[in-house]
Amino acid sequence: MTVQDTRHVAGMTDIDSAPSAPATPTGKPVRRLPVQKDWPLWAIVTTQIGILVGIVGLWEIGARTGVVDGFFWSQPSAIARTFVIFFTEGDAWTDISFTFRSTILGFIIGTTTGSLFGLSFWWSRNYAAIAQPYVICFESMPKLALAPLIILVFGLGLTSKVAIAIALTFVISTLTAYAGVKAIDPDGEKLFYSLGASRWQVFRKLVAPACLPWIISVLRVNIGLALTGAIVGEFISSQHGLGRTIFYAGSTYEISLVWVAVFVLSTLAIIMYAAVSWLESVLRKGTGQ
Amino acid sequence: MPVKVHLDQVGMAFTTPAGTFRAVAPMNLSIESGRFVSLVGPSGCGKSTLFNIIAGLLQPTEGRVLIDGEDATGTIGRVGYMLQKDLLLPWRTVLDNVILGMEIQGKPLKEARERALPLLHKYGLAGFEYLYPNSLSGGMRQRAALLRTLLFDTDVILLDEPFGALDAQTKLQMQEWLMQLWSDFKKTVVFVTHDVEEAIYLSDEIHVMGTRPGRVLETIPITLARPRARTTALTPEFIAIKERCMNLLATPALDKAA
Repeated sequence: MTVQDTRHVAGMTDIDSAPSAPATPTGKPVRRLPVQKDWPLWAIVTTQIGILVGIVGLWEIGARTGVVDGFFWSQPSAIARTFVIFFTEGDAWTDISFTFRSTILGFIIGTTTGSLFGLSFWWSRNYAAIAQPYVICFESMPKLALAPLIILVFGLGLTSKVAIAIALTFVISTLTAYAGVKAIDPDGEKLFYSLGASRWQVFRKLVAPACLPWIISVLRVNIGLALTGAIVGEFISSQHGLGRTIFYAGSTYEISLVWVAVFVLSTLAIIMYAAVSWLESVLRKGTGQ
Repeated sequence: MPVKVHLDQVGMAFTTPAGTFRAVAPMNLSIESGRFVSLVGPSGCGKSTLFNIIAGLLQPTEGRVLIDGEDATGTIGRVGYMLQKDLLLPWRTVLDNVILGMEIQGKPLKEARERALPLLHKYGLAGFEYLYPNSLSGGMRQRAALLRTLLFDTDVILLDEPFGALDAQTKLQMQEWLMQLWSDFKKTVVFVTHDVEEAIYLSDEIHVMGTRPGRVLETIPITLARPRARTTALTPEFIAIKERCMNLLATPALDKAA
């Protein structure tokens, strides 16, 4: 910035602050802490509902007047009708339970085995050093690219969806648990050994509980990943599931059914997310933090 | 009094890319049973290295550690060792932290808790038994850590600057508290500190150490009568010892002088 520029900027600042904030004898403008007033809860909720109703209303009006192409975007009234049909005549509950089961199984197996694998690196530095490049390699690989192969190997049923969900959740659990292992204070281990502890005692009473908060932190990420894995598996090839419903409805231009399935899927995701958050708070209570 | 811990020509050298670094020169040191002994010295004089060797966490490059006349070099679980940090486990209550040593030794939990509870009450942790360490003040945490070390039933306890991080006021309280514990439990205590006054006030004997290599410069017996009042620090005898220590601590390192 040239000298001229600087002077220009300084001049502007003076003009800007002059009427609202009279300069103090030191030449600094008087400035007050900005105050933000919090709205009451009812006002926030009312506004939120208002926005939702507004969007849905505009969508419906747009579709009826032809501003929005109803063929591609469908319209709320049609979606509502499809929703009722989906639950009364379709196999909604079969699909929901299929997707739910593959997600939960993949989540539990992937998180548990992944975390245990990560914790096992504590046991031997040599073993950790040997395994590390493989873990990093598998971490950087886009696991979803393996999905068609997994479907071929495990078939069209539930197993292949669970396997994809595991592939997505395993490595992140391993890496997080291993990060927990690396963060353990070496003095903590020293204390245990000075008390004459065995390796197994150190693992059980120090390493595992110290890594628990790390493992807990990965739960919420993993439930989302497991759901993604299950849905992608259903996209590729499946006989049931919400993912399959979306894929099928999309390819037959039944756009309202796509919306219904997406809506049900989101609800399922929210419920599982809430359950994991609850689990997280229960587990955290036990860690004294 | 019988010798509890004897260091027989114990020395430690580390091999680094730049050559051999001598942390502790081979030394002999005898600590009698039931005594309170302090090691005073500047940073890098090998105090912590010595403690790790006595606790069996570090294999000395030469010499042996004898505890009760038996070779205890490189064996763990023979002495209680309190590190600088309190290292309380955040997921355990104060009570369950304090019984850690007994638990590791295989004592049933119930029995260990029953043994620890009255001591927590007696030694100033009443009302904190079932709290988690993060709700405790620094002084309280050190108390818990010290009780954990004491309840790990060994005759010898090593305290590595336990009060280093406390404020001056709390430090004085903790020193008096430690004196009470020591006279109740009759343990052999080896205490590391930077604080000369603290060492004189607490100890029966002070080993003043020098750096590069770590070695004992002089051993000073403290014959001040016990129990010692705070005002002992104002007596000419106390001040003379303090002066002697401070002069010793100003001794230059060997390799520098050479």
